Amino acid sequence: MTTTTPPVTEPVGTVPPGAARTPRRSGRLRRIGLPYLLLLPALLLELLVHLVPMVIGIVVSFKELTQFYLRDWSAAPWTGFGNYKLSVDFDAPVGQALLHSFFVTVAFTLGSVALCWLIGTAAAVFMQDTFKGRGLLRALFLVPYALPVYAAVITWVFMFQHDNGLVNHVLHDQLHLTDKPSFWLIGDNSFWALLTVSVWKGWPFAFLIVMAGLQNIPGELYEAAALDGAGVWQQIRRITLPSLRPVNQVLILVLFLWTFNDFNTPYVLFGKSAPEAADLISVHIYQASFVTWNFGTGSAMSVLLLLFLLVVTGGYLVVTSRGRRASDV
Amino acid sequence: MRSIRAAAVGAVTMSLALAATACGGGSSSGGGDNSAPKTLTYWASNQGSSIAVDKQVLQPELDKFQKQTGIKVKLEVVPWSDLLNRILTATTSGQGPDVLNIGNTWSASLQATGALLPWDAKNLEKIGGKDRFVDSALSSTGAQGKDPAAIPLYSMAYALYYNKKIFADAGIAKPPTTWDELIADGAKIRAKGKTVLGAEGGNVSENIHHVFVFGKQHGADFFTPEGKPDFTNPKIVDAVKQYVDLMAKDKVIPTTDAEYAQNQSVSDFSKGKQAMLLWQSVAATLKAQGMSEDDYGIAPVPVQSGTPGTGTQTNSMVAGINISVFKNSKNIDGAVKFVKFMTSDDEQKILNTAYTSIPPVKAAQGDAAFSTPATSVLKETLATSAAGLPQVASESQFETAVGTAVKELFADAAAGRAVTTASVKAKLEKAQQQMPAA
Repeated sequence: MTTTTPPVTEPVGTVPPGAARTPRRSGRLRRIGLPYLLLLPALLLELLVHLVPMVIGIVVSFKELTQFYLRDWSAAPWTGFGNYKLSVDFDAPVGQALLHSFFVTVAFTLGSVALCWLIGTAAAVFMQDTFKGRGLLRALFLVPYALPVYAAVITWVFMFQHDNGLVNHVLHDQLHLTDKPSFWLIGDNSFWALLTVSVWKGWPFAFLIVMAGLQNIPGELYEAAALDGAGVWQQIRRITLPSLRPVNQVLILVLFLWTFNDFNTPYVLFGKSAPEAADLISVHIYQASFVTWNFGTGSAMSVLLLLFLLVVTGGYLVVTSRGRRASDV
Repeated sequence: MRSIRAAAVGAVTMSLALAATACGGGSSSGGGDNSAPKTLTYWASNQGSSIAVDKQVLQPELDKFQKQTGIKVKLEVVPWSDLLNRILTATTSGQGPDVLNIGNTWSASLQATGALLPWDAKNLEKIGGKDRFVDSALSSTGAQGKDPAAIPLYSMAYALYYNKKIFADAGIAKPPTTWDELIADGAKIRAKGKTVLGAEGGNVSENIHHVFVFGKQHGADFFTPEGKPDFTNPKIVDAVKQYVDLMAKDKVIPTTDAEYAQNQSVSDFSKGKQAMLLWQSVAATLKAQGMSEDDYGIAPVPVQSGTPGTGTQTNSMVAGINISVFKNSKNIDGAVKFVKFMTSDDEQKILNTAYTSIPPVKAAQGDAAFSTPATSVLKETLATSAAGLPQVASESQFETAVGTAVKELFADAAAGRAVTTASVKAKLEKAQQQMPAA
């Protein structure tokens, strides 16, 4: 932090002398070099903000970084693939817990993305025709997306409370759907509580993106289809959905990545130790590193998660892009 | 042309500056020194009913310290939910406070990181020596056989708080002294439509404090004398089961409490919905929540039989807050002076009165403020029947692993699933496997 001032004057002196020696070649060099030179700050910032922390994370995953080495963590001993072995040894408790958490996360993500997309698309399609109050409804639908995560989720925590929560009041006291008030924040129900909050929070984004996508579908297509006798359902299936394909491709990928990595929702909902049924992988890794103070294992798990997401994303893009090219022909 | 050159120079300059800052940060090795002798940063834990209350209590004292020594103390009150993470981050980066409060159960864990200044004989001499402090408080300042990593600041103990009116209505003459009595009283209290005993089933630390005491009462420890986890010891399994059975079998803890983690059981008590509460030094909070001191009584925590004492008659953990000096401090001497000030007899009286805790300093304990009925129970418990949580490096991990196991057992009990010796043992086995191998 202290050595920022000295370099300021130096480069001014070093660049011109080179230019003076061989004017013509340096002129070309300058022409070619300038764009790169101008990119340099951005590149360095990119390194600093993105790549360096990632590389450090990967390095740490090969170290035994427990509480004993925290103060001087460069002195922590190397463990090679020890942390990885521990994480993927599915016969041992750590690996088992990670695998369980992985499956919970996959189930949760699939459910949440599917519901978000379905509700978002349905709402966007219904909102396509102009009617009175459409603007108001659209704005209202976006509220969950615009609310700060903490405020929104903590409200859900109150609603899910066993004794005086709104959810039990409606389900049990008024509708008599359950024999006795259920627990939503502990035990098996916590999965559904988490899914509910996640969908509630996520679908407005799908709604927003699909709504934007719908604006690009020419109205003539629908008119032509209507003339040919296509019903509403057929119009949606034959025109709306195929036209939305490129939008959906990105939307689903983004929703998937966000939901899979979501940390805030489960953390605010359940605190540091999530119930087994809702033990999402991001909180699980947080717990493996921050709560048990074993940052090496936590980093190894994060790297594994990164690899998994890379593979899924790559595979998804390959499959969906190929399908699209084929359909374009 | 000129503007292009200016841009190029700017780009190079900025790149070099960036590179320089990237290399300049985070040199965490190297100990502390006295290069900044005029200021101190102090991270206080949240002891009052709110952070604002803490600032009101502490600021006048810090001003007093500044008048005496000329050192300005910058105060930051850190909520409990953040404190440990903040300390860990400060440890890793080397950028932290000079003086800080820690939960006394963390002493050994934080000592192992090497972030805290060891209180060797020379340093202890500067604050008046070890003998000024009560033994039980000193037992929670670091691993045995090592120089303490912290100095006791506030001491607390668990006690049984009971609502006098509910007891009178239910025809209970005196607070229970054994668990069997408590369970028997529970039936009478439930008959009057009140809940019996509060618990924070979702709070891992609270769970640990209670099962630790139950373990002691069963004559068992969670760690072997060598410091190895021993969670599946049959006596420990019985102890944990006895605690969870207070909800599962004996019905004295209401099932709702399984999801409590934000001190809801304290408000249930202060609102007069619940007859009893096991808590540490809660008088100030109850007052803040509008419960008059005349409405509740305070008694020692029940034991299995007989009266509280040592060994299996233990009825509380040694709860408390320690004060430590961060080894990377730029004002080590000033920091030690500040610890001396905070643990001086006068300050101990003022601060512990404000927080309704017990001073760990012997000379301050004699003050009249600590001989009221409420505080004398706590003082007596600390002196005769409290035991310190295990001082092992993996204490933090133990709290999380076993505390979570108890939380899950409470969740089972709340959902109406059977809590058996086998299911308790299975959870504890899982907790033990999560502990670091070392």
